[in-house]
Amino acid sequence: LSVPPEIPKEDGRPKWDNKFQYILSCIGFAVGLGNVWRFPYLCQIHGGGAFLIPYIIALLFEGIPLLHLELALGQCLRKGSIGAWNSISPYLGGVGVGSWMVSVLVSLYYNTVLTWVMWYFINSFQEPLPWSVCPLNENRTGLNEECYESTAVNYFWYRKTLNITPDVTETGTLQWWLILCLGTCWAIVYLCTIRGIETTGKAIYVTALFPYLVLTIFLIHGLTLPGATDGLAYLFTPNLNTLKNPRVWLDAATQIFFSLSLAFGGLIAFSSYNPPKNDCEKDAVTVALVNSVTSLYASIPVFSVLGFKATTGYWECLDRNIISIINEFDLPEESIMRQNYTAWISFLNSSYPEKIAGLKLKNCDLQEFLDQSVSGTGLAFIIFTQAIMLMPGSQAWAILFFIMLFCLGLSSMFGNIEGVFTPLLELPAIPKLIPKELLSGIICLICFLIALCFTLGSGSYWIDIFDSYAGSLPLLVIAFLEVIGVVYVYKIKRFSKDVEMMTGRKPHLYWQITWRFISPLLLLIVFVAFVILQIQKPPSYAAWNPKYEGFPMKEDKVYPPWVLAICVLLAVLPCVFVPLVALFHLIKRTHRTKDSSFVPPEVFSCQGTNS
Amino acid sequence: MLRVLLLTLSVIAITYAELCKPDAQNAFKVRLSIKTALGENAYAWDANEEYLFKAMVAFAMRRYSSKSTTQISNVLLCNVTDRVSFWFVVTDPSKNVTTVPGSEVEAAIRMNRNRINSAFLLSDKTLQFLKITSTLSPPVEPSTPAWLIVFGVVLCLIVAGIVFLIVAGIKKHKKKNKESTERENLEEKCEVTVTVENGIPCETLDLKAGHINGVFAADAERFTSL
Repeated sequence: LSVPPEIPKEDGRPKWDNKFQYILSCIGFAVGLGNVWRFPYLCQIHGGGAFLIPYIIALLFEGIPLLHLELALGQCLRKGSIGAWNSISPYLGGVGVGSWMVSVLVSLYYNTVLTWVMWYFINSFQEPLPWSVCPLNENRTGLNEECYESTAVNYFWYRKTLNITPDVTETGTLQWWLILCLGTCWAIVYLCTIRGIETTGKAIYVTALFPYLVLTIFLIHGLTLPGATDGLAYLFTPNLNTLKNPRVWLDAATQIFFSLSLAFGGLIAFSSYNPPKNDCEKDAVTVALVNSVTSLYASIPVFSVLGFKATTGYWECLDRNIISIINEFDLPEESIMRQNYTAWISFLNSSYPEKIAGLKLKNCDLQEFLDQSVSGTGLAFIIFTQAIMLMPGSQAWAILFFIMLFCLGLSSMFGNIEGVFTPLLELPAIPKLIPKELLSGIICLICFLIALCFTLGSGSYWIDIFDSYAGSLPLLVIAFLEVIGVVYVYKIKRFSKDVEMMTGRKPHLYWQITWRFISPLLLLIVFVAFVILQIQKPPSYAAWNPKYEGFPMKEDKVYPPWVLAICVLLAVLPCVFVPLVALFHLIKRTHRTKDSSFVPPEVFSCQGTNS
Repeated sequence: MLRVLLLTLSVIAITYAELCKPDAQNAFKVRLSIKTALGENAYAWDANEEYLFKAMVAFAMRRYSSKSTTQISNVLLCNVTDRVSFWFVVTDPSKNVTTVPGSEVEAAIRMNRNRINSAFLLSDKTLQFLKITSTLSPPVEPSTPAWLIVFGVVLCLIVAGIVFLIVAGIKKHKKKNKESTERENLEEKCEVTVTVENGIPCETLDLKAGHINGVFAADAERFTSL
């Protein structure tokens, strides 16, 4: 009996051109800006190599099981997040709506971060780089005061790019250059997602693979820079004492969770375009491992460059001191070098202590320079740009760096937009006559108009708010409900049979244990710990205020009540759909108790949904 | 005679020594960082360089006030250190044993700073006249900011891409509509074939696949769709 080969299902559902495109899209979605600017920072502050221990544990017991669950779910049910959860149980439809809501909120602000990257990219074509020199003040007698007191790099970021206001309540004006870049970014997103996965599948080859090329180039160049080994030693030297701090474990768990982009609905959307007989187990393990290895791989050039910057700063500090001493004592040039600086200092201190004291020399300590750890936008736009200035051929390095960041963010945006787009395509409310191009255009246009708020003077404060509240807490809730929903509502036995049908083998005991007990428990603990940490201190933010006494240090301010209300709204809004939808269906059911067309969810199975 | 000459010379030397000393009135300290500026091509600071310096200062004084008749001998250098720093003072050629006011010297040096720097292959930073500030050069502003040009290029590429994709999509849609009407005609012919040739479904004509077992094909419809 000859089994027919793969007959393409004539259900009109688009599909991936090949498996590699699908894997690359998942990897591109998972590998994002956080791998470059959050993971190395966490490694640094949580005891270097020792951080890998909680990280790998979180990966094994939380990351990989949840990833497998989502990929299997999408592949089995062949629908976007809203449709998939409606299929599992109408009462759980709210989980899908919550995912969709989070994808919308994150898409809004994520593209604004890409706007900043694009702004820096197009400014990298100048000689000298605009963030390397301070502009003159109005009457040309000296340098601009704000720039002089902080640094040129800070000035370019806070004033020339963001034009930031000193307070979150002061909205400032719309920055036209950011609006132009925002429009361009949304145009690029539209160009790549215009026909859903047909177009993103082509674009992903570039946006997912190019960052690896640039990382390799930076790795090779970074390792040749002086001070790179200091930076790497500092990063990777394990300090096992930090493991006693529960904060480290929480950070590892949240990092794995957010890094894999779980609970957005984007992964469900991606895997829903797969043929049903596809080994989702292998895919999940592959994507998770590649994501973690990329994080590690990216931290090497990042820390080489940071080590280089620290060493250069240390040398500059020494050189300044040396010049002061030479000028004061009229010693010949190059008599004091960095190597014999300490010997000279002790000699001079013993012979002329008052003169040395009068010079007010700064104490140069390499460790202090290495300790300056930053994550997030500060790492990319302030620290890294400063380091790039010190390299020869800085324009080329800047261009490469910002293209890499843009590609990393863009491939994550594809996943976010798919998480928004795919469920909308399946909604019965959307008439089939609307071409895909129009729908994606409408989505991009609406998102662009809403995201204009982030181009205001206070925009970056709002992005921090969105990132901390919309892009964190709801995801934990949704992921927890996902696991509970699949394991206890859909029933794990049925799910295991579905997975067996798709992969061709029974799910291993490891999956059974993690899906049933470990992952939900872990998620619950992480959620509770997260909420406790948030409640412990009143939410505050660091404002850039040139009129502050401690300038250039940032001023710590507390959010006013109306902003706090918005924070709570952002965190609660996606989660509130779950009980709302369940309530809605409960009310609908009690109104038609004797309706025979109402199918109880138990009949549902993977094989029967391919319609 | 000799004794008188010696006495005069020593008096002049002492007077001059009085005029040029650290922190004297109208005296300026100069600091050179030759090795920093030139690296391996650095020249040594010797009497010839000092002569050139005196010449440049005299030149500056002459250029500043055209009636000045400053000679090289009017420029006095003292306290030359290994750092290569020294003090200098300019004496008035017309009045004996007095120094030119510091403001005049400062103005003269400022006016000719560029020439003095180039004579020594140094810059404002490496040939420092302490107490004489250098004027800051105005920033170089191109007519169109460079970033606008790059932005324009990027935007044009993107818009071209979008237009291309939309037009291609519309063309494909039209072609699909035409094809589906053609296929309907073909299917009508196929149905005739099916009735004539027992049991060969039409789809196998399009597919490269092998056999389709009729039992399995019918089986797919057994599951009810929801």
